[in-house]
Formats: sequence, C-alpha cells, structure tokens
Amino acid sequence: MKRLALAGLGLGLGIWAAAAQAAQRFPPPQFETDYQIPTVHLSPPREALWEALDAAVLAAALSAASWLVFKKRSRRWIAALSVFSLLYFGFWRRGCICSVGALGNVVLSLFDPSYVLPLTAAVFFLLPLLFGLFFGRVFCGAVCPLGAIQDLVVFRPLSVPFWLETALRMIAWIYLAAAVLMAAAGSGLLICRYDPFVSFFRLSLNTPLWILGLLCLGVGVFIARPYCRFVCPYGLLLRQMSRLSFWSVRITPDECIQCRLCEEACPLGAIEPPTAPWPAKLLPAERRRLGLLILLLPLLMALGGWIGYRLHPVLAAGHPAVALAEQVRLWQSGKMTERTDEIRAWETSGKPAESLWPQEAAVLQKFSLGGLLAGIFVGFAAGVKLIQVSIHRVRKEYQANRAGCLACGRCFAFCPRQQMREKARAVSAEKKQVEG
Amino acid sequence: MEHQPSEFFSRRQFLKDGVWTVSAALGGAASALLAARSRRQGWLWQIDPYKCIACGRCATHCVLTESAVKCVHAFALCGYCDLCTGYFGPEPKALDTGAEHQLCPTGAIRRRFIEEPYFEFTIDESRCIGCGKCVVGCSAFGNGSLFLQVRQDRCLNCNECSIARVCPSRAFVRVPADQPYLLKDAAS
Repeated sequence: MKRLALAGLGLGLGIWAAAAQAAQRFPPPQFETDYQIPTVHLSPPREALWEALDAAVLAAALSAASWLVFKKRSRRWIAALSVFSLLYFGFWRRGCICSVGALGNVVLSLFDPSYVLPLTAAVFFLLPLLFGLFFGRVFCGAVCPLGAIQDLVVFRPLSVPFWLETALRMIAWIYLAAAVLMAAAGSGLLICRYDPFVSFFRLSLNTPLWILGLLCLGVGVFIARPYCRFVCPYGLLLRQMSRLSFWSVRITPDECIQCRLCEEACPLGAIEPPTAPWPAKLLPAERRRLGLLILLLPLLMALGGWIGYRLHPVLAAGHPAVALAEQVRLWQSGKMTERTDEIRAWETSGKPAESLWPQEAAVLQKFSLGGLLAGIFVGFAAGVKLIQVSIHRVRKEYQANRAGCLACGRCFAFCPRQQMREKARAVSAEKKQVEG
Repeated sequence: MEHQPSEFFSRRQFLKDGVWTVSAALGGAASALLAARSRRQGWLWQIDPYKCIACGRCATHCVLTESAVKCVHAFALCGYCDLCTGYFGPEPKALDTGAEHQLCPTGAIRRRFIEEPYFEFTIDESRCIGCGKCVVGCSAFGNGSLFLQVRQDRCLNCNECSIARVCPSRAFVRVPADQPYLLKDAAS
C-alpha cells in the first residue's frame, strides 16, 4: 500500500522542486527482521596537532632565516630554506594557512563577534611581524611561499625606476585598504580570494587564477617578485616593521669600501648608493616643496575619503546581503525572469522581502563609513609617501633599503669583503683539518 | 661650529630607539591582546543542512576536482521507502536498479532489500560527487534524510571557502573543530 501511495505522490506531483525543510513524511519503519539501523560514520578532520606543527615550522623557519641572513650570510642556504617553505607551506599545506591571508582572519575577528581568532592564525599573523621588528623582512626572503615561488623565476631582472616603483606600490596600499574593508564588513577575504599562486599549490583548475598566477610569474622573470613589491598587503606591514628593525640586513659584513660591485646585485632595486652632499642653493626650493607636500596631505586624505565614499555602492555590491536584496528587487519588479538559485533559496527560507531591505541598508551604511575611512587611509598613505620621497637622506655607503630589502641575500656574494672573509674561513678550516 | 653627533648617541639614533621601543611595546600589547582573544581551536567549513537547497554548486565550485562535499544519509530519518524519490528519477518505468531509473548521475546510491516493503539506501562515497540531485528528490517528497556535508577528511579548509562564496542560501558556516558535522537528527 505504502508503495502505491508513494508512487501516487511521486508521480502525481509533476513539480520537481526542492523544499528546504523536508518534513518527516514517512515514519521510520518498525522492522520485523533483526535489521539494525546503521549509524552514520563520518571521518574526523585533521588532528589539531598538525596545526601546532605548522606554527612550530613557521617559528623554526623564521629563526633559521634570521640566522642564515645575519650569521651564516649565505644566499644558497637562504634559497634552500625558501624552497623548503614553498614545498611545506605551499604544496604540502596547499597554501592555507599563510601569514598574508591571516591578515583577513585578524580583521574578521576584530569586527565579527561570532568569529574567534584561532591561535594558529594569530601566530601566523604576528610572528613574522615580530621577527620583522628584530631582523627585518626575513619572512619575505625565505619563509613566505608566495615569495619563494616568484623567487625561483627571477632570471632577467630589470631595474624599475624609483618613481615607478613607488607609484606602483600604491596598488598595495589600495589593496590593503580594500581587503581590510571587505573583511571588516563581512564581504569575504579578498587576499585569499585573489591569491595568485594558491591554485598552483592546490593543483586546482581555476582558470582566472591560473592566468593571474602565470602572469605574475611571467612578469616576475623580468621584474623580480612583482606580487611582493606592488601588491602584497602583508608586505606593507612588514615594510613598516623592517624600517624600525633592531638589526637590519647589511650588504657587507665589514665597512663598505664603496667598490660599487654590489650596485647591480639587487633584483629588487633595494640597494641605495651613497648620496652626494646636498647643494646648499637647492635647500630653499626643497623646503618650499616639502612645505607644500605637507599641506597637500590633508587634501589627499579628503580626496581619498571622497572617492572611497562615492565608491561605496560598488564596494558593497559583492556583499551577500546586498547582492540578494538586489536580486529580489529585480525579481519582484519582473526585470529578472530567470528564477536563480538565490531567489529559490530566499523563497524557501520563507523570509519576507521587507526583512531584506534593512539588512541591505545596514551593510551599505557600514560600507559608506568604511569606504570613507579606507579612502582617507589611502590618501594618507599617498601623502606620506610623497613627503617621504622628498626628504633627503644622507648615505655614506651602499645600503640595503630597510623597507625594500627582502633579505634574500643575493647581494652578499657581490661584496669582496664578504668573499675575503669566506676565503679566510675556508683557509682556517683547511688548516684545522691538516692539523687535526 | 658644526654639530658632531657622537658615535654612541645621536638625536636620530635616540628618536629611532624611542620609536622602536614604543612600537615594540605597542606590538607586544597588541599581540598579547590578539593572543588572549584567540582560542586554541580552529574553524572548519560545514553546510547547515536546514538552509541548504542543494543547488549543485558544491559539485562544481570546490577547489578540489572531486568536491569535498558529499552526500550523507541519516538512516534514522529514512522511511526505507520502496519508491525512494532520492533514488529514482521523476518517472521511473520500473522500480529496479537500472541506471536509467536512477537520479544519481554516478550511481552512488546502493539500494538493498531489507524486508517487505523496506529498502535500505547507502551512499558509495567514492562515487558521490556532491551534486545534491538525490537531496533535492529526498527533501521534496521524502523525509529529507539525504543531505550534503563537507567531508572534513577531504576538505582543505581554505581560509575563504570557494563554495561558501557562491552558496545561494548562505548555508556554509564556520563550525568549531570539535563539532565538525552538522547532522540532521531524528528528533528535529
């Protein structure tokens, strides 16, 4: 009988629509045989221990990188460590978790009370910054898998003019502001979404991301590490840490003899030559320019804020609440005739359309304030950058730019004094061997 | 007379040390705050089966070629029907296990006779692609004992789940690692 009733129900209703809340239409049977209802067995996730291991590997890799950069001073070992990081954090851990993306988690945990930051994410976010405060950007040089994959293809590095380098870095500031805004407003984690190398790490087919990744690597042949220099928002934070770092990477272990041999050594253009003394007659003009730039700062902030505010509907469009409200509006006005999955989901949820508008309005309000603040922030960054580049700094020797140096160690071998040291070390080691 | 900054103490060095100390202190405080607010347990992605409409995007949007999402069968909820609307297509010509009658595109659901008139349906996980076609059928006319779940042993736990991004019903939620599944239970 049951079979018939079922058949009638199944076939009679031609509509094959889904109901989200399926009722208990048919009571569980009372079996006469000794059949036991099986229990559902679902495989558990990875042990939490593995996450602790990731954090431990990160700490170990950062320590090793600092030691290699400051004590061992060996490019070969730094490169080996970066390949290890690429294999471990990239291909083995499939690109998640990473410090660059952990920025999004931190922002999310600050703005979304339901999201508590996992300790691993906190460690991944903080540890490289902490190391940055002491040793500079050792994370970028040898630990970051995104950096490591780009470092492998630096074959024909061209030098990028200073003004272009500085201007292009604004992309990263805008990206940072946008990523923080999106994470804070609940639109998702931008940095993870557009991570150009993660589809390599996962060997997954995502055509736009593969194109992006291959483009980065292709450009990276000629312009070393383009993502790190012009896009990476976490790199910006590390730049600031590195500016303040207690110890900074030195090209030479001893005093610079200004032999100019390291001048072309840095593929990132982070080596700065000694400066000529400042001609006194230029001073008044320079001072005037600096004064104007300082006056320009609030103007740039205002302009940025205005643009950010004007852009907020565009920025908010990706937020699920806004996107849904927009679709429902189109659906109800009959402008959209195709019944999308989103409309279907909304209909089955049983929520009235009126409940969507306040949600949308709340998100838009968040974005209007957020857009304004993000714009002010970008304007501030641009203004400070202008001021920064117009302040004259005296350098007496060849130096690695504290913010720009990624601690890759390529310049070490170019320095004759380093080579002398290494030779002396080799000779003394040989002596020891002979004596021993 | 020109000012000669001493080797040990110059204004710039003093300022720099000051800024370093202040930022180290601030950084330390911020780190301590973040660490205090964090918790040892991580998050995992999971599907809330009561929100899911089984649109089929799980099968296509996962970063894995074979989606981490697969169908789960809660046997306790199942009516063990002969004509299972999660197993058979809309108009099965016969209630047998011929592929042309089945809803599942990969034949992942196995049907086994228990006793008159009951049949047991089990999911062959190695075949399931998480398309949710059976889920639609089961929840439309049956008890809804078939539903989709992220298999935590397969999931890469991407920071931003690419299925969650496109989920039309926002059924993807973060769950604490010690409660990795959101199952339907017989009581509800």
